[in-house]
Amino acid sequence: MSLTRAERTIIMSMWGKISAQAEAIGTETLERLFTSYPQTKTYFPHFDLHPGSAHLRSHGSKVVVAVGDAVKNMDNIDSALSKLSELHAYILRVDPVNFKLLSHCLLVTMASHFPEDFTADAHAAWDKFLSVVSSVLTEKYR
Amino acid sequence: MVHLTADEKNAVTGLWSKVKVDDVGGEALGRLLVVYPWTQRFFDSFGDLSNADAVMGNAKVKAHGKKVLDAFAEGLKNVDNLKGTFAKLSELHCDKLHVDPENFRLLGNVLVVVLARHFGKEFTPQVQGAFQKLTLGVATALAHKYH
Repeated sequence: MSLTRAERTIIMSMWGKISAQAEAIGTETLERLFTSYPQTKTYFPHFDLHPGSAHLRSHGSKVVVAVGDAVKNMDNIDSALSKLSELHAYILRVDPVNFKLLSHCLLVTMASHFPEDFTADAHAAWDKFLSVVSSVLTEKYR
Repeated sequence: MVHLTADEKNAVTGLWSKVKVDDVGGEALGRLLVVYPWTQRFFDSFGDLSNADAVMGNAKVKAHGKKVLDAFAEGLKNVDNLKGTFAKLSELHCDKLHVDPENFRLLGNVLVVVLARHFGKEFTPQVQGAFQKLTLGVATALAHKYH
């Protein structure tokens, strides 16, 4: 599954707005994840998960920045996220099902913040892109 | 069984009262067909689904989306008995329509995204959580009679 030129254009055109609010978007995405899918909290026993906590804001930013790395290297997401891929495979070992849950919550957050930009085409492009990112991150699992 | 707290029930009914069922149903079904194009397999008779604009503007998609959302709204009124409420529809989707229940989960998530788009900040993590429980409950109820 690879992204068409049109899909890449859509993603890159929205990225500016998203990265300008990286911390807010990242934090909200995680809050949505933990609220709708409480089982995902099992990966964060060491975090303060109260809404707006320093942990959530810092981790939310991290996640959005990483997505940004993929956006900026769309021809070569495997290389761009190689270290993260290893981290997830050997250290974090987050069950692959959770990437779908996080991706969904990111889409919901984007739809909520950018209703006009988040057209059906944009929705499709982002869903596909996040699915590619998720595949890269789980590629080395076994 | 879907367990919604009193707050969640209020959040869901409160938001739903502001939903334009005609628009949201068509948009949700349309987006399902655009984002997950393989779902078009059930709609050969719907005419032009060749690109996003065609899908989102398609009259049959809008009409069918409204039908689907009206059915979903029944679930909202019967949260304590989703399996009973959707028993007949479950049989229909299995025996006549031959729809893989995975599609119910996909549509439920698309509906959540559409609600987020329409309601913005008002679609808080808590409201989303309530709707996720509901859409999962409806999807499970629709799959319940499969054999």
